[in-house]
Amino acid sequence: MKQRLSLPFVMTLAVLFFFYIPMLVLVANSFNASKFGGSWKGFSLIWYETLFQDRHVWHAVKVTLIVALSATAISSVLGTISALALHRYQGRLQRMHQTLIYAPLVVPDILVGISLLLLFAALGIQLSITTIILAHTTFCMSYVCMVVLARLQDFDHSVLEAAQDLGANQWVTTTRILLPLIAPGVLSGALLAFTLSIDDYVITFFVAGPGSTTLPIHIYSMIKRGNMPIINALSTLMISMTFSAVWLSQKLAKRRILS
Amino acid sequence: MGIPIGEHTPVKPNPKRAEWLLTGPSFIWLIVLFVLPTLLVFAIAFKPFNPDGQLGPGWTLDSIRGLANPNYPAIVWRTLSLSAITTLICLIVGTPTAYFMARATRWRQTLLMLVIVPFWTSFLIRIFAWKVLLHPEGAIKNFLVFVGLADASTVLLYRPEAVLLVLVYTSLPFAILPLYAASEKFDFSLLEAARDLGATPWKAFLHIFVPGISRGLWTAMLMVLIPALGAYVIPDVVGGKEAEMIGNKIAQRTFNDRNLPHASGLSAILSLVILLPLVLGQTWQWWNKRKAGKS
Repeated sequence: MKQRLSLPFVMTLAVLFFFYIPMLVLVANSFNASKFGGSWKGFSLIWYETLFQDRHVWHAVKVTLIVALSATAISSVLGTISALALHRYQGRLQRMHQTLIYAPLVVPDILVGISLLLLFAALGIQLSITTIILAHTTFCMSYVCMVVLARLQDFDHSVLEAAQDLGANQWVTTTRILLPLIAPGVLSGALLAFTLSIDDYVITFFVAGPGSTTLPIHIYSMIKRGNMPIINALSTLMISMTFSAVWLSQKLAKRRILS
Repeated sequence: MGIPIGEHTPVKPNPKRAEWLLTGPSFIWLIVLFVLPTLLVFAIAFKPFNPDGQLGPGWTLDSIRGLANPNYPAIVWRTLSLSAITTLICLIVGTPTAYFMARATRWRQTLLMLVIVPFWTSFLIRIFAWKVLLHPEGAIKNFLVFVGLADASTVLLYRPEAVLLVLVYTSLPFAILPLYAASEKFDFSLLEAARDLGATPWKAFLHIFVPGISRGLWTAMLMVLIPALGAYVIPDVVGGKEAEMIGNKIAQRTFNDRNLPHASGLSAILSLVILLPLVLGQTWQWWNKRKAGKS
C-alpha cells in the first residue's frame, strides 16, 4: 500500500517538531555568543567555560549523585523484594501490598512533597540530605517494583523448586539462580530509579534542608534569576546524556531478547 | 534444611513467615513514608499556625476558615480547566500519533525512541526551553512580529495560555506512550473489515480504533490529568500572577509564610480534587462491566 499524506502522518510529524524544536533552539543557543539568544552573535564556547568554573554547579552535582546513588541502591533492594512477594504470593495481603505500591504513582509530586514535609515537621526531624534520600527512595521503589514485576512475568518458579529438589539450599538458589535470572530487570529498574532521582525537583524542594542543594534545585534558582546562557550549556550536556542513556538501554534491551 | 515450627509443618519453613519477610520491608516503608504522611495532610490542616515553621500545640479551625479566601475559587477553577483542556488536547493529538506509530513498520523503533527521549529529558530543562522561546527577545516573539501577528508590546510569557502550552508539551509523551502500547495490540485488520463493509476511514477510526484502545485512553488520561492538577513548576516559571494554580498556593504558603497548616488545608483540597476523577473512573468501569455482563 502506498503511504498517503494522511492525518496521522501529519500529526506525528507535527508532534516530533513540537518536541524537538525547543530543545534544538536550546542546544543552538548554548553555542551562541549572545546573552539573550534572540539573534545569532557568533559561535562561542564561553558559556561552557563559565559553567565548568561554577563551583556551585559542581557541588550540586555531587549532592545529586550522593542522593541518587543511595536512593537507587535502597529502592532497588526494596522494590525487587516487593516484586518477588507480589509475584510469588496471592491473597488479601498482596492485594493491599499492590495497592500500596501503585498508589504513590498516581499522586502528584507536590502532594508527595508536602506530605513528607509535614511528616518530618510533625516528628521534629531536621531536613537534610537524609530526608531527601528517604523521599526519593519512597517514589523510586514503586517504579523499580513495576519494572521487576514485568520481567518476572515470564519467570518460572519451578526452576527454583528443581534446584531445591537437587539439594541446593535457600542461599544457593537465591544467589546462583534467582538473582542472575532477574538481574536485567533489576538493572533497568535501577536505571529508571536513578534517572527519576537525579531529575526530581518538586519533592526534593519540599524536603531539602539548608546546604543540600541538588542540581535541579540549583537549576531552578538559575532559571528564576534569569541566568539563561549557563543553563543552555548545562541543558545541552544533560540532553546529550539522556540521548546516550536511552540508546544504551535500547542496546541492553536488544541483548536481553537475543540471549 | 528448615526448622520444624509446628506439628503440621514438619519440613518447610512457615509460608506465612516467608511471605511476610518478602512483603514486610516495602509494606512498612510505604505505611510510614506514604500512608501516614497522606493522612497527616488532613490532620495538620486542623493544627494552629506557628510562624517559625513548626506546628503549634492543640487544634483549631483557623486554617479551614482561611480556605474561604476569595481568591481561591478562581484558582481552583483555573487548575481544573487548564488540566482538563491539557488532557483533552493530549488525547486528541496523541491518538492519531499512536495510530501512526503502531502502523509504521520500518520506522516504528525510531519513532518510539524519538518519543521516549523527551520523556526522559529533564523536566526543568524542557520547561526552561519554552521560557527561552517565549521570552520577549525570544525566537517566537521575533517571528510573530516579523509576520505581523504581534507587535513589540505583545507579552507571550506569564499568561494562562503559556501555562497550557507548556503543560501540553511536558504531558504529551505521557499520553502517547500508553496510547501506543494499546495501539500496538490492536488488530488493524478490523479497520479493513470496516472499510470493506462501507465505513469511511474516519468512521472506522472513530468507531473501531478508538473504542479498541479504550484502556490506553484511560491510562493516558490519568497520566496527564493527575500531574497537571498538581502542577506547580510550570505555572511558576511561565505563568504569572494571572496564571496561578493550586500547586503555587501550596508552595507559597509553605515557603513564603511558613504556614504549614494552611498549606496542608490546600493540599487536602487538591487530594480530594484528584480522588474525584479516580472514583468516577472506577465507577464508570464497574458500571460498564456490569452492563457488559448483563447483555
